[in-house]
Amino acid sequence: MHFQLTEEQRALRTGIRELLDGRFGRDALRAAVDRPGELDRDLWAELAGAGLFGLCLPEDAGGVGLGLPEAVVVFEELGRALVPGPLVATFLAAGEVPGAVTGETVVTCPYGALLPWADAADVVRGDVAGALATESVDPLTPLHRVPAEAPVPQEATLLYAAEQLGSAGRTLEMAVGHARQREQFGQPIGAFQAVKHLCADLLVRVEVARAAVYAAAVTRDPVEVAAARLLADEAAVRGARDCLQVHGGMGFTWEADVHLHLKRAWVRAGLAGSPRDAEEVLAAAL
Amino acid sequence: MDLTYTEEEEDFRARLREWLSGTLPALPPKPAATDWPGRRVYDTGWQRRLHDAGYGDVHWGASPTTRLIFLEETEKAGAPYVGANFVGLLHAGPTIAAEGTDAQKERWLQPVLRGDEVWCQGFSEPDAGSDLAALRTRARREGDHYVVSGSKIWTSHAEVADWCELLVRTDPDAPKHRGITWLAMPMDAPGITVRPLRTLAGSTEFAEMFLDDVRIPVGNRVGEENDGWRVTMVTLSFERGTAFVGEVVACRRVLGELAAHARKSGRWDDAVLRRELALLNAEFSALWRLTQWNVSEAQATGGVPGVGGSVFKLRYSHARQKLFDTAADVLGPAALDAGQEWTFDRLSSLSYTIAAGTSQIQRNIVAERILGLPKGGR
Ligand SMILES: Cc1cc2nc3c(=O)[nH]c(=O)nc-3n(C[C@H](O)[C@H](O)[C@H](O)COP(=O)(O)OP(=O)(O)OC[C@H]3O[C@@H](n4cnc5c(N)ncnc54)[C@H](O)[C@@H]3O)c2cc1C
Repeated sequence: MHFQLTEEQRALRTGIRELLDGRFGRDALRAAVDRPGELDRDLWAELAGAGLFGLCLPEDAGGVGLGLPEAVVVFEELGRALVPGPLVATFLAAGEVPGAVTGETVVTCPYGALLPWADAADVVRGDVAGALATESVDPLTPLHRVPAEAPVPQEATLLYAAEQLGSAGRTLEMAVGHARQREQFGQPIGAFQAVKHLCADLLVRVEVARAAVYAAAVTRDPVEVAAARLLADEAAVRGARDCLQVHGGMGFTWEADVHLHLKRAWVRAGLAGSPRDAEEVLAAAL
Repeated sequence: MDLTYTEEEEDFRARLREWLSGTLPALPPKPAATDWPGRRVYDTGWQRRLHDAGYGDVHWGASPTTRLIFLEETEKAGAPYVGANFVGLLHAGPTIAAEGTDAQKERWLQPVLRGDEVWCQGFSEPDAGSDLAALRTRARREGDHYVVSGSKIWTSHAEVADWCELLVRTDPDAPKHRGITWLAMPMDAPGITVRPLRTLAGSTEFAEMFLDDVRIPVGNRVGEENDGWRVTMVTLSFERGTAFVGEVVACRRVLGELAAHARKSGRWDDAVLRRELALLNAEFSALWRLTQWNVSEAQATGGVPGVGGSVFKLRYSHARQKLFDTAADVLGPAALDAGQEWTFDRLSSLSYTIAAGTSQIQRNIVAERILGLPKGGR
């Protein structure tokens, strides 16, 4: 047993993180917020070019031939950077919908009662009859409500959990960075225990969620997927809230990125299937 | 990321399982959880069996993965846990193995592994708990002895111990972290008075210790004089890093028992309770995976567990308390019967966020040593 990232997985993480730092940094993120509903097709093509959508497809189908653990590592980075778009749906459509692997075709489908990115996508799969546009709480995820509850494949739940994990890790970094640099009462606020303890709890939630998400990617066990999902949601949502608290008044502004993490975390939790169902899976397994 | 075990490890598991299934039925009945003299006999007897079967040193001689398998299998089979041997096996032993001289290893390690000698930990004092380095118990040098006076408190199993890992102040003028020394004190030395303290669970698992001119040979010092704080950090990293691992498996077993109980009694139909149990299942499943993650890391870097143990300890101690609070919910009015096993465990679990460093102290450690936040400003 060696339950750690392999050299290759670490390199994959570094690669995608560098790509996203360069291509979807703070300015690009804020530019996207100012153009709600618009999908950056160039970025989409670059992600496809880096092998994102074909990551788990066999090489003779134009894919990279890697497994779910690698996909989870990559989606953690996508979540960290808050990359917008129907990433999960397109990833799962690769190999079934022509052009999805290469980034030419953007695919979406409903999960549960929600359909993300319906207007920007080229292909909408699943039963979306009667879909109604809503004003999405997340400026980076346009949403429709669909009357017929759509199934959520286990892989989708897990990939959303990976994104939640990445977002939680990022809010931890933001909180700690701010706590080190912001001074009040003549010292960094991170020296105050009330702030310090918020940060420590942020880290603990990230570490627990990470172990759960990675293990579920390795075992694909439905009970572990359910656990990973609930713990990652908790890490992302609580993480963003505590990060906001550490930022004080600044955290409550549109200008700070904290709310973008919180809102996306809520949306992902809404797209990953019913938490009640996940709980019943975990209860039934006892 | 790999969660499969090597062939060698699976062999170890298979042999251990077989040995356990042959050995456990022949064990004497367990003494009451509050009967420490009885538990000493029982726990050291178990350690002796482990030793004779070749598993005696699994807590500090074996690879981290082997130890993980050992803890998983013994707990699943319902075997006794380290119990009264806790300090000897999980911190004094590893500390001596890491820091002791050859003669000290020779003298102290085998008796612990054979179950002949039991250790206790004399760190905390009435005025030095979280602020451990504030300890005041004095040791002055007289020839080849230290003469020790002062008092210790919350000393677990002191009543039944043969040796005590004792922290004393050898230089009162040095800065408080610098004047401390780590000594092995024989518990039958003249001048030691042990007064058992009753815990809120009703047992006498810890005690006050009064030391009045106790003479301890200089040869019992582990590490250099006044270098005891460094040695103590080694001890504490063992305590936090790995001491609770086996219990996670035990908690998962209890969770299964709770569900079975709830199904039988009809409490299972309560959606709120089912949700509590589900979330605990997620929690302990993740804590087990986190353990495997930490063990894999330790295996790769070799040696002493890092501050990651504080992350684990923080989350685990709260999860354990939630588990037994939920047990009370499952039991209903029966949870108020102090003789109920889960009720005793519920009471005991209250110590987990205090002993071995309180949750507040663990958060400070995580924030300062992992996240690099500044000290001070409390
Ligand atoms: C069951 C049990 C077994 C034990 N066994 C042993 C043993 O075998 N050997 C041994 O040496 N000791 C043992 N201990 C002692 C244990 O290590 C101490 O109780 C613990 O370190 C806390 O110290 P204290 O009790 O003096 O509490 P205090 O340090 O007085 O703390 C009281 C409260 O103040 C908080 N606090 C203190 N300092 C800070 C700070 N800097 N920041 C924020 N909050 C703070 C604490 O978190 C706590 O909530 C045992 C304790 C228990 C409960």
